[in-house]
Amino acid sequence: MIRRRTRVAAEPVMTGPAPIVAAPIVAASGIHKHFGALHVLKGVDLAVAERELVFVIGPSGSGKSTLLRCCNRLETPSSGRIIVDGIDLLDRHTDINAVRRRIGMVFQQFNLYPHMTARGNVTLALRKVLGKGRAEADEIADAALARVGLAEKANAYPLELSGGQQQRVAIARAIALEPRVMLFDEPTSALDPELVGGVLAVMRSLREAGMTMVVVSHEMGFARAAADRVVFMDHGLVVEEGPPAQIFGAPEQERTRAFLRQLDH
Amino acid sequence: MDEFIATFFNVEVIRAASPILLQGLWMTLLLVLVAVPLGIAGGVLLAVLSVFRHPAVRWPLIAWVDFFRAFPPLVLLVFIYAGLPFAGIEIGAFGCVAIGFFLNTSSYYGEILRAGIESIPRGQVEAARSTGLSAAQTMTWVVLPQAVRNVLPDLVSNTLEVVKLTSIASVVALPELLFQARQAQSVTYNPSPIVAAAIIYFLLLWPFVRLLSRLEHKAVARR
Repeated sequence: MIRRRTRVAAEPVMTGPAPIVAAPIVAASGIHKHFGALHVLKGVDLAVAERELVFVIGPSGSGKSTLLRCCNRLETPSSGRIIVDGIDLLDRHTDINAVRRRIGMVFQQFNLYPHMTARGNVTLALRKVLGKGRAEADEIADAALARVGLAEKANAYPLELSGGQQQRVAIARAIALEPRVMLFDEPTSALDPELVGGVLAVMRSLREAGMTMVVVSHEMGFARAAADRVVFMDHGLVVEEGPPAQIFGAPEQERTRAFLRQLDH
Repeated sequence: MDEFIATFFNVEVIRAASPILLQGLWMTLLLVLVAVPLGIAGGVLLAVLSVFRHPAVRWPLIAWVDFFRAFPPLVLLVFIYAGLPFAGIEIGAFGCVAIGFFLNTSSYYGEILRAGIESIPRGQVEAARSTGLSAAQTMTWVVLPQAVRNVLPDLVSNTLEVVKLTSIASVVALPELLFQARQAQSVTYNPSPIVAAAIIYFLLLWPFVRLLSRLEHKAVARR
């Protein structure tokens, strides 16, 4: 069952922790994930409040991407509980397609549909999932593309766009569905350095519009500037979490310190 | 030389045989119009089923496809034609040919389309599913359109083979082009109708061979 929610008026919040509301948008608890013999997540908890930007960092293989992918059930946890926007993702009776359209996801490799234009990429789910007519879907898509600064590229095919532009189309594809939360899986890792800025700028504007976001990324500068909370994961566990100033300035755990030291080199 | 022409390119004979050759051509075209869509539809079904990794789907599917790819189509056709009446099923030559072609060609189309489906990066499917599209919608709007485009040369090539293969229907006395040509040949004691049939087949298929060549060049250029 999907409950209709009225949106809280989006006043821009630039800094400071988001107000903690009673029910978190994402509440994952005791998440375990096995891939065959590999124990990737070993009992992870993650709660994300409305309008909060949570940054998940950690070495490769730490399970951070898997955790993110569990949050829209692209991976099904072996055990644990995940509630997103009040809906139990692991309940057999949950219509996963209905939930997923409220959870936007952006991938490292963009994953645009190459046989469709930028507008076509954005309108597909609007038309097939939300059942909107072509004209209305086009209108929403063009507005979403404008939000990511690509209004003039609506008719371009993915191969005609730079990596950064492709990633911004992918963001438009997700936000056009007006998700309650956005998941970013290393959104800038596949980009040439000069293209990273444009994508981060779009993410910052989403943040300022009040979007709830979970970001797996190595963009520590962005984390420092924009995150409400940083979660450090290693070996399938959350080692430490806290405001960016604490995690980057005075980490309590030796493993966190070691990881951050490595990044400086 | 005159004797050669009188034997193989006998205009009189071909003229006399042309009405039944034409009938044969129509039957061949009708057969193509039935066999190709049936084969493609069956192929799409087999290819889509192959996405399911569950052993209960996977192994029967592999057995099915392997069996009908290894089974000579001519033997299959004769078996259906001679065997079904013993099971009390009377469907006539055309029905037998349609079934035989469906079983044989759908397996080939299926394998081609499966390769096409597997050529689409997993990430695109995940992206589509993450926006709330169902597995069937993702297959229909994201995977299949690209899969078909990626294997278009193979699909055209296979279709050419199917058209050529329709000539085996002559062994079950379906009056298609080759059967009619042989009838005319045996009545006139002259092989010219066979030559005429060969020329008709060539004229029918050659445009598609050219098309295939161009598609293959484009496919190479895209890499």
